[in-house]
Amino acid sequence: MNNKELLIAIYTIVRREIRRFTRIWPQTLLPPAITMTLYFIIFGNLIGSRIGQMGGFSYMEFIVPGLIMMSVITNSYSNVVSSFYSAKFQRNVEEMLVSPMPNWIILTGYIIGGMARGIIVGFIVTLLSLFFTDLQVYSLTAIIVVTLLTSILFATGGFINAMLANSFDDVSIVPTFILTPLTYLGGVFYSISLLPEFWQGVSQLNPILYMVSTFRYGILGSSDINIYTSLAVIVVFTVSLFAIALSMLNRGKGIRT
Amino acid sequence: MSAALSIQQLSKTYGNGFVALKNISFEVQRGDFFALLGPNGAGKSTTLGIVSSLVNATSGSVKIFGHDLASDMTAAKKYLGVVPQEFNFNAFETVFNIVRTQAGFYGMPGTLADQRSEHYLTKLGLWDKRDTPARMLSGGMKRRLMIARALVHEPKLLILDEPTAGVDIELRRSMWDFLQQINAAGTTIILTTHYLEEAEFLCKNIAIIDQGKIVQNTSIKALLQQLDAESFILDISENLKSVPEITDYKVSLEDQHCLLVEVKKGQSLNNLFMQLEAQNISVLSMRNKSNRLEEMFISMVEKNLESQGE
Repeated sequence: MNNKELLIAIYTIVRREIRRFTRIWPQTLLPPAITMTLYFIIFGNLIGSRIGQMGGFSYMEFIVPGLIMMSVITNSYSNVVSSFYSAKFQRNVEEMLVSPMPNWIILTGYIIGGMARGIIVGFIVTLLSLFFTDLQVYSLTAIIVVTLLTSILFATGGFINAMLANSFDDVSIVPTFILTPLTYLGGVFYSISLLPEFWQGVSQLNPILYMVSTFRYGILGSSDINIYTSLAVIVVFTVSLFAIALSMLNRGKGIRT
Repeated sequence: MSAALSIQQLSKTYGNGFVALKNISFEVQRGDFFALLGPNGAGKSTTLGIVSSLVNATSGSVKIFGHDLASDMTAAKKYLGVVPQEFNFNAFETVFNIVRTQAGFYGMPGTLADQRSEHYLTKLGLWDKRDTPARMLSGGMKRRLMIARALVHEPKLLILDEPTAGVDIELRRSMWDFLQQINAAGTTIILTTHYLEEAEFLCKNIAIIDQGKIVQNTSIKALLQQLDAESFILDISENLKSVPEITDYKVSLEDQHCLLVEVKKGQSLNNLFMQLEAQNISVLSMRNKSNRLEEMFISMVEKNLESQGE
C-alpha cells in the first residue's frame, strides 16, 4: 500500500472508532462527566474547603489536574479495550485481517481512536472544572505533550489487554485491579511529599504519578517530580508498550489460530 | 501465467496437537469456478482460513496470482475477497458503513468507496437497507451483505465458505445466478459447500479434501465419468409383492411402488425397460437415487476411510 492508501486506512479505523464512542455516548462520554462533577463537589468543595492547602494550592486547584488526567487515562484505555475486544468477540476483526493493512496501521488506528476519546473526555472534564475553580495555564507545551503521551500509552495498554482477553471479565480486570489503584495512589488526591520517605520511593515506581505530576506542572507550574524525568519515563513506557503490542499483533496473539 | 491460487505443501497442526492439513498442494486456474469439498472437519475451513490470513500455516506456501502471502502480503491480499461461513461483521453498524469501512481498509479514496459501496449493495438488493444496523437483517440478507463487503475492492479471486447454508431455495438460485455472472466477468471463484448439487451446477473443477489430505483434484466432468454405476429409482404403477426377475441388473424393492435399479457404467437402459415391459410392469417415472456427485463423494470418502483401516 502506498502512503496515501495507508492514510486512508488509518483514517477509516479512526473514523469508525469515533463513530462508535459517540454513538454510545451515554456509556462513554456521560459517565465520566457525572463522576468527575461529583468529585469536584464532594472532594473539591465540601471536604476540600476543610483540608486547606495541598502542595501550596487550594485542594480544589490541586485535584483538578489529577482528575482530568485520570479521565484521560481511563477513557483512552477503556475505549480500545472494549472496542478491540468486541471486534474479536463479534469476529469483525477478520475484516481487518483479510485486508492488506499492515499490523502497525491497525494498532495506530485503534490508538488514535482511544486518544480521541481520552482527550474529548479530558476536555469535557476541564470545562466542568471551570464551574468550580479558575484554571491557569502555566505551560501549554507540557499540557499538550503529557496529554498526548498519556493517551497513547493507555490506549496501547488497552489494546494489549484486549488481545489477551478471553472474556468480558478479562476486559475489566486490569482497569479495576491495576489502573484504579495506581491512579488513586498516583498523586491525584495528595502530594506524595506527605508520605513517609519509603512510600515516596515506592510511589515513584508508579508511572501514573509522572503523568499526573507533569500535567499538574503544566497547569499550576509546580510538580512533585522533575518534569524531564517524568517525560523520559512516560516515553520509555509508551515505546515499550507499543513494541509489545505490535509484536503480539504480528504473532496473531488471541486473534489468529 | 501464474495461477489464481497456488497452494504448495501446506500443513497445519493446531496448538492442541490436532493435525488439520497434511502437506496439501493444489492450484486453481484463473477464471475457474472451483469447488472445495469434504466432510465436516476435513480441513476445508483451515485451508481457506490460511488463504485469508486468519489461520497461521505450520508450513508450506500460498500464492495468490503469483504473490506469496508471506513475503508479498499486501499485493496478495488485494486480489482476494472472502465471504466466511459465519457472520463476522459488527452487528451494531449499519449496512452501508460495514461495506464502506471495508473499502477504506484497502485504502480506497472516499468518492470511489462511496460509489462502489452503493453499486454492490444495489446489486445484492440491500441498498434500501443501507441505514439499517446489520443485526436487524434476515439471515439471507446478512449473507448478501458479506458478499457485497467481499466485492467492494473488486477482488480477482473470491472465496466463499458455504455461501448458501441456511438460505432459501429462491435466494439460493438468485445467488447462483449472481456468482455465475461475476465468474463470467472474470472473477475466479472458490466455493465450499455441503450441497453437492450446488457444486455440480456451478463449478468446473473440484478438489475433495478428507482428513487433511486431497483425495481428488480434477474436473467435475472427469469425476462423474469415474462413477462405476448409477442408482435409479423407478416409480411403478403396479403393486409389487416381490422383486421382479430381471437379468443383468441389480434390482431391489424400495417399497411396493418403487424399484431401485443399479445401472453399470456403459450399460444400456433399453434392455431393462424391455424386461419390465415383458413382465407387464409399467414405469411411471424415473429419477437418480441421489445426486451423482454425492454418490461419487460418498464412495470416495468411504474408500479413504477403508484405506486408513478405520
